[in-house]
Amino acid sequence: MRIVFKTSYDADIRLFKHKAQAFWYLLLFALAILLPFLISDFLIGEATLVLIWAICGMGLMVLVGQTGQASLGHAAFMAVGAYSNVLYQEHFSMPFLLSFPLAGLTAGVAGALIAMPITKLHGIYLAIATLAISVLAEDLIVIMEPLTGGVSGLFAPDIEIFGFVFNRYGNPVELYWLVLFITFLIVYLYRNMLRSPIGRSFAAVRDSEVSAKAMGINVARTKMVAFAISCFITGLGGALMGHFATIFTNETFNLIMSITLLLIIVVGGLGTIHGAFFGAIVFVMLPLVISLTRDALTVFADSGSVTIPGLESGLFGIILIGFILFEPMGIYGRWLKIRTYFELFPFYRKDMFRRQKSYLKTERTR
Amino acid sequence: MSLLELKNVTLRFGGLVAVNDVSFSVEEGEVFALVGPNGAGKSTILNMISRLYTPAEGDILFEGKSILGAEPHDVPVLGIARTFQNIELFEQASVLQNLLVGRHTHCCSNFLTDMLFTPFVRAQERVHREAVEHVIDFLDLQPYRQKLIAGLPYGVRKVVEMGRALAVKPKLLLLDEPASGLSVEETQDVAFWIEDIKKVMGVTVLMVEHDMHLVSSVSDRVMALADGSMLSIGTPQEVQTDPAVIEAYLGSDDGTESGEAA
Repeated sequence: MRIVFKTSYDADIRLFKHKAQAFWYLLLFALAILLPFLISDFLIGEATLVLIWAICGMGLMVLVGQTGQASLGHAAFMAVGAYSNVLYQEHFSMPFLLSFPLAGLTAGVAGALIAMPITKLHGIYLAIATLAISVLAEDLIVIMEPLTGGVSGLFAPDIEIFGFVFNRYGNPVELYWLVLFITFLIVYLYRNMLRSPIGRSFAAVRDSEVSAKAMGINVARTKMVAFAISCFITGLGGALMGHFATIFTNETFNLIMSITLLLIIVVGGLGTIHGAFFGAIVFVMLPLVISLTRDALTVFADSGSVTIPGLESGLFGIILIGFILFEPMGIYGRWLKIRTYFELFPFYRKDMFRRQKSYLKTERTR
Repeated sequence: MSLLELKNVTLRFGGLVAVNDVSFSVEEGEVFALVGPNGAGKSTILNMISRLYTPAEGDILFEGKSILGAEPHDVPVLGIARTFQNIELFEQASVLQNLLVGRHTHCCSNFLTDMLFTPFVRAQERVHREAVEHVIDFLDLQPYRQKLIAGLPYGVRKVVEMGRALAVKPKLLLLDEPASGLSVEETQDVAFWIEDIKKVMGVTVLMVEHDMHLVSSVSDRVMALADGSMLSIGTPQEVQTDPAVIEAYLGSDDGTESGEAA
């Protein structure tokens, strides 16, 4: 176990606790950059998808993990990001560099506006209200057909930055690097948020609204800011998802997607950046693993290809139930336990991480 | 001018009169204690001062100005910090983060500068970190800085909550049962700290407490309440010997409790 000897207040402000930690994260980042040289183009496409889901997951994590506000409607904000990004490019002939952040901003403003009335609700009622937003968004896309293309959808043009073209099929590696760069930026902003007053006020609202008020935190405004930041990040993820899917309709950003996002962050580990990535990896890799297993089984059983409809969502559901029952802290929580076990070996105790864990709790006092 | 003044304050919950026509004032630099049996309205008075409840009648003045127009989150900006009877800490955050939340009223960055972590935010964080370190030194919380609240024992949580209120750098500190559930030694520590808060930090304290020994050892003035009404006000000695208080609070002719109180 490493003991960090702190000699200045900056030790508690820095992004990395010690040099070794910085080294490992840099190594991970370098590995992520070099990934295209290690795996095939198909897998790079999957890795891009992991990053996009992780961005959307981080967006929801700000709200659910950090501020303790449930949302079952984040696909709506992904849709706002995806549609506004393409519409800005088509109708105002904006370059991607401008339309992309503007799309995030549009989603953020939409989130803040919606937050004003609905953050008065708590717990399960907030979840239901956001669920309604997700359903409404789907219908709105169909109703606003002249703008959104309705059920026939919108076609996302290739991303073009200073003459360089990024296309999922044409140059997947460049697209991967672009998404990686955006992911890196968002992780940096997220980390800054966690170590600054705004992140602490999110945690305060999450853990006790009444004492947050007593410490001078404007709870209503903090929740609104949380919604805005959350929807901004999710909107950026949605815009990338639009480009990645190349064509999207009202059904791309449906209720299932909202729930999937929530599942990703719960399975990954609530309240941590790592959680969004772990959850996204599980979600993207699961269909791959299933199809690989199926191929192997086909060879083994020497029979024709068998497809079981709904196998993916079924398996994902089982995994989720397993996590809620046996590891509420998600994959990241499990990883922390394993790491602590080796760090403290042989002094790890079984109940070391045992404590009541309730992010999505109902109110104690109003 | 008194630091805090309650004028004929009445609060009703439906038909129940929780606080009935209570008036008192807290002078600057004193420790003022509210005592009384359960349900007397002590915590309700604190909740009204921190604006969680709004009185039906009467007025609350802080530094001569009415605070009834203020929202709960404006109250610490005025210089009133508080603790809660059932500890209300931020469970999933470390002690350090909890104390830093106490500095919230002194933060003047917004979420955009925060997320970019501009040099201004960094400088501000250093100032807050240092201010919090003084509180940590004062309350001997050094071993717990990075610990999560969720894993801390009750006694330590109680101290952390007091620290969080002190980090606000208030003019008036409201303590809701600072010694409830603490051991004899811990209660003694609390008594010393309250003395120091008054003398060293120059903070006025208004506290609700059941432990008469603590009350009589630290407070300058005491007010006894029963059923929402004022029974007696004066020095701890005066209040404890007031027949009405003995009857309502300590019980009559019993001897055991009044013996402990003396």
